[in-house]
Amino acid sequence: MVCHGEEGAGGVGVPLAMSSFLDNVDDDFLFKTIRHGRPGRVMPTFEYFSDAQINALVSYIRGWSDQPAPKFSQGRIQGNPDQGKKLFAERCSACHGETGEGGKGTGVTMSRPRDLPIIAPALNNEGFLAAASDELIRHTLMKGRKGTPMVSFLEAGLSEQQIDDIVAYVRSFEQAAERKPVLEAESASLIVESPYSFEETVENVKEIIAGKNFRLIREQYLDTGYVPEGQENKKQLILYFCNFSFLNMALSIDPRVGIFLPCRVTIVEQDGIVQVMAINPMRLSRIFNNVELNEACHEMRDVYTEILEDSTL
Amino acid sequence: MKRLILLLVLLISSVVAWAEDDELLMARSSLEFPEAMAALQEAVAAHGYTISRVQRVDIGLTAMGYKTDKYRVVFVGKHEQQEMIIKKHPELIPYLPIKVAIFAEGDDTILVAANPLLLSEFFPDPALEKYFRRCENDMRSILVEVQEAE
Repeated sequence: MVCHGEEGAGGVGVPLAMSSFLDNVDDDFLFKTIRHGRPGRVMPTFEYFSDAQINALVSYIRGWSDQPAPKFSQGRIQGNPDQGKKLFAERCSACHGETGEGGKGTGVTMSRPRDLPIIAPALNNEGFLAAASDELIRHTLMKGRKGTPMVSFLEAGLSEQQIDDIVAYVRSFEQAAERKPVLEAESASLIVESPYSFEETVENVKEIIAGKNFRLIREQYLDTGYVPEGQENKKQLILYFCNFSFLNMALSIDPRVGIFLPCRVTIVEQDGIVQVMAINPMRLSRIFNNVELNEACHEMRDVYTEILEDSTL
Repeated sequence: MKRLILLLVLLISSVVAWAEDDELLMARSSLEFPEAMAALQEAVAAHGYTISRVQRVDIGLTAMGYKTDKYRVVFVGKHEQQEMIIKKHPELIPYLPIKVAIFAEGDDTILVAANPLLLSEFFPDPALEKYFRRCENDMRSILVEVQEAE
């Protein structure tokens, strides 16, 4: 409900209630999509749901349409994937990506114009390939998705054989599909001891932050807001900073990244030892199931590491 | 009727999700952003937490020329418990206070928080787990209260 909306109008997730979507996918596709998710593409897996629970969800979703659910065969469609590859490059890749990687971002307000209700799905995603039968893909190519940029390829002039060739090419992604690597175990906090005094370290961090094109937006003590002003522990200082271009990019990848925000380095002195600390974004990234976000978090982890190391050199 | 079925499905799902320790806690409120923000502040206080700060993400972005809807990050915690935790585990400092991201999604508002229990996975310690499990329960209750607020 959080992602797709109570009535399936969409948001972070696909607008499931859109008739050109719901009336053209079978229950098997919905079931397998819930079960397997879309690894690396925001939609999580629900492996811990029982079949009965998923069926209940599918029934509920199906209730948003007054049309009967279509039924598609699970068999393979014969086509020429080499021919399909050429047609895919001409007709599909502009939206679905050269290798079927799909459109960027998620479906939320900030990441795309609202006149595009669906982001082109990642056709090479193992979750999609497990959920979509050849006939469902063929049906989508034949009919298109009204209200989205996905047009009917029959009406666009392709023959049924050519459509079958595209289906065969999309199915061939299965051979290339690799499981997205699980993020390696890394320390959850990045911590470096400083050889400088607390005050010197703070100034060093500020200088390095500015040198990396980040803007210092606020400095406060760790217990600010908890204790009366003036009584804070002055040896636990947080520096908040931001690169708005990077922030905008991160929010367009997934609007829920607020739990990373704003960028922050904390300088702490305890028992005469000064330490500079930051979260390791790579550890938090995995909870978003978003490969694109993993890359941004990788970049941010490197930035934090450089700030910590350069300020304590 | 549809709403009732959905509630039943969600109830079943949420019971399972609790058992599975899902890592991202989310809620959708049908309230518009200002009302949902007020409901969040009320729910946080009702559970004995303090909002130490609110980061207005949208203001900064808009000032820099980017288009965005309303977006805040709310920092919540309990001072004494925070002090206790960092005394034993100073490496947890970068993760405190806990954050709740709240942003407008059309006429609705979405709230997101990392499951506090994740921190006890990052920093294994039975005492921490006990604390963060309690914290997780509180966060879930807070989100449910905002979701149900009218």
